[in-house]
Amino acid sequence: MIDPVAAADPDRSAGARLTAAWASDVAYSFRRNPVAMASTIVLAICLAASFFAPWVAPHNPFDLKTLSLQDALTPPAWEQGGSAHFLLGTDDQGRDVLSAIMFGARISLLVGLASVAFAMLLGVTLGLVAGYAGGKVDAVIMRIADVQLSFPAILIALLIDGVARAVLPRDAQTGVALAVLILAIGLANWVQYARTVRGSTMVEKTKEYVQAARVIGITPLQIMRRHLLPNVMGPVLVLATLNIATAIITEATLSFLGVGVPPTQPSLGTLIRVGNDFLFSGEWWITIFPGAALVIMVLAINLVGDWLRDALNPKLR
Amino acid sequence: MTIRHAAAAALFGGLLLAGGADSATLRFADQGDAISMDPHSLNETLQLNITGNIYEPLVGRGKKLELTPLLATSWKQTAPTLWRFNLRKGVRFHDGSPFTADDVIFSYERAKSDGSDVKTYVGPIREIRKIDDATIDVVTAEPFPILPDTINSWYMMSRAWSEKNNATTPVDVRKGKENAATLKANGTGPFMLKAREPGVKTVLVNNPAYWEKVESNVTEAVFTPIKNDATRVAALITGEIDMMEPVPLQDVEKLRTNGDLVILQGPELRTIFLGMDQSRDELLFSSVKGKNPFKDKRVRQAFYQAIDIDAIRARIMRGASTPTNLMVAPGIRGFSSDLNKRLPYDPAAAKKLMVEAGYPDGFEVGMNCPNDRYVNDSLICQAIAAMLAKIDVKVNLTAETKVTYFPKILSRNTSFYLLGWTPSSYDSHNALFALVMSPGANGQGQFNLGSYGNKRIDALGPQIASELDEVKRNAMIAEAFKLHSDEVGHLPLHQQALAWAMRKNVTLVQLPDNNNWLKWVVVK
Repeated sequence: MIDPVAAADPDRSAGARLTAAWASDVAYSFRRNPVAMASTIVLAICLAASFFAPWVAPHNPFDLKTLSLQDALTPPAWEQGGSAHFLLGTDDQGRDVLSAIMFGARISLLVGLASVAFAMLLGVTLGLVAGYAGGKVDAVIMRIADVQLSFPAILIALLIDGVARAVLPRDAQTGVALAVLILAIGLANWVQYARTVRGSTMVEKTKEYVQAARVIGITPLQIMRRHLLPNVMGPVLVLATLNIATAIITEATLSFLGVGVPPTQPSLGTLIRVGNDFLFSGEWWITIFPGAALVIMVLAINLVGDWLRDALNPKLR
Repeated sequence: MTIRHAAAAALFGGLLLAGGADSATLRFADQGDAISMDPHSLNETLQLNITGNIYEPLVGRGKKLELTPLLATSWKQTAPTLWRFNLRKGVRFHDGSPFTADDVIFSYERAKSDGSDVKTYVGPIREIRKIDDATIDVVTAEPFPILPDTINSWYMMSRAWSEKNNATTPVDVRKGKENAATLKANGTGPFMLKAREPGVKTVLVNNPAYWEKVESNVTEAVFTPIKNDATRVAALITGEIDMMEPVPLQDVEKLRTNGDLVILQGPELRTIFLGMDQSRDELLFSSVKGKNPFKDKRVRQAFYQAIDIDAIRARIMRGASTPTNLMVAPGIRGFSSDLNKRLPYDPAAAKKLMVEAGYPDGFEVGMNCPNDRYVNDSLICQAIAAMLAKIDVKVNLTAETKVTYFPKILSRNTSFYLLGWTPSSYDSHNALFALVMSPGANGQGQFNLGSYGNKRIDALGPQIASELDEVKRNAMIAEAFKLHSDEVGHLPLHQQALAWAMRKNVTLVQLPDNNNWLKWVVVK
């Protein structure tokens, strides 16, 4: 089958499309914004370092065979007693801090992205239904959202996590801890998406193209999916970008409190918690570096999200 | 209330405060909580320490661990198997009822009933006879010359109160059960239980009707479990609490430089060791099916030699531990330095033993560990998991709070575990009886959680208990320890060091058995 776009415009090869994208308004604002460019580069490095951790990390901190307790508590390379072998030092069990951060960021990003995807799926669906259907359906969904909005997201996540722990047998908990965490953070954050999408949907559904679609007998489900969804996704994407940062922080908080991911697969939050015990005794690198990594990653995501919001906002152009 | 009344009340209040210069509140913290207020429900130092301020034994220990008369004023062995105890007269429980011989007999029956975790203390006793309200005769099954040394953790409860509160038997914490004695307490001790919120705080107040004038000026003692090391240290530095233990080893040096604080460090009599299930035909938590690798001495010795105890001492304990090959510490009667020689750390030899035993590719085994009971307990377990990985043993470590840990391992629901033990009688017989001898009647082997067994040691046990000649007795103890050590019955690790910290206005007595008795605490 012929690609309809390519058929309509035979000159638009992949390369040409890229050129067109580079020339677009969004890309133009990107090129003119050094902060956005810098944070994108930082974010790309973070993503690459964590995604390729098993191949690029200097050590595998979870391969117990390679650990030696004799290496424990080595300071960073530039400090006295440091070793070039462990650039950012080691923790109390002799794990390389740099490698632990790379592996930890993997878990943090996984939880952040997955929980945002889950929250988005849930929030967008409910928002579309509420906005399009209106009436009682709308009222019920939005009142639930109101109730949930009156609690901080972290409390909701704690609640869901706690209930899951109480319900699941202890032995099964480690295996599903990550999934439970993703669900908990996702469920704690769906409301914002639902609210945003509901508003946009209510505006869009009165427009003529939607009415036309309705007149020719397209089912509500199809209208929502084919016509409304693409037109309400702009703000949702911005929201999602910013929320990834929030979700990562929520995950770090829960793990810091000891209710997040199990210690066998530590995220950045878990690393910070473990290192926290060594703050008074002068082994600052065990907690400072994971903390700095978390700050840098979240800051980069936030700056990219900020830029995206401005770039997609027609009023600011 | 009028202004004048308020002023009078304020003045009166001020007078009260001024008048109470000799009273003080002590806020102290530990890394874990006492699981229950029932003094017979769990044989664990912290639990017995907290409840031991409320309840009392017949014979206690003084500041140098010497035997001290508490609820018994004197005792005498009148025949090889017969002891006469004279009870203290005029002692009243906190509810006002008098303490009599009936309460001792009741406490004996309660301590040996199902659900009791202190059976091991009353195990040698066959019967207690009441002579009159203040005199009893204790009959032991065998001649037992060290009886008074072994009963200082067996506390006296009131028969009337227990019956009224439906708490005549201790409930088994291992099964997560509770009764009135779990949350309430009625002892004869220098402190009374005022409030108990499990896991949050426990408030004790002084007993004005106590039978003796105590040194302590503490009128209220608030105990808070603070699990997180850094939080506990911060609480002490900021003055939120007055005393805490254990001090995280990494913070000892830092806290020493703080002029407001005093650090007390000393050797502890507790031995930390690992145990392995050697009785089941198949381990509960292992990849090996149809047989039990721990039944093979070569596997146990491989585990032993794979553990780099010096690295644990240097890196995890920061020098504050004494590696050991024996199940008892120096200072315990029967300790022998000749036997206290560890097998060398040798991963290559360990690997070879594993191959010989038929596990060239190693195996998986579940390991249980507390994370708030002993000094750096979960860190030790993590380090050992990494060391065992080098002989291809994959350890699936479960480190958890002692509230869930002890019920699990005490019901022997484990394959490989970490435990610490201080012989409460300061005598090797206690360690042999509770940890090494085969599980049997009257608390024998009650804490031999892997059910290690050796018939010769089982035969030596009663002989050691009844032998009066010190030289012969020590020779038998040495023989038992040698057998146990040759068979690698357990994997002894080290004796940890005590590290307590307090604000400098607090004076107290640090006992090497890690007990902190409130009756000796003075807050200036």
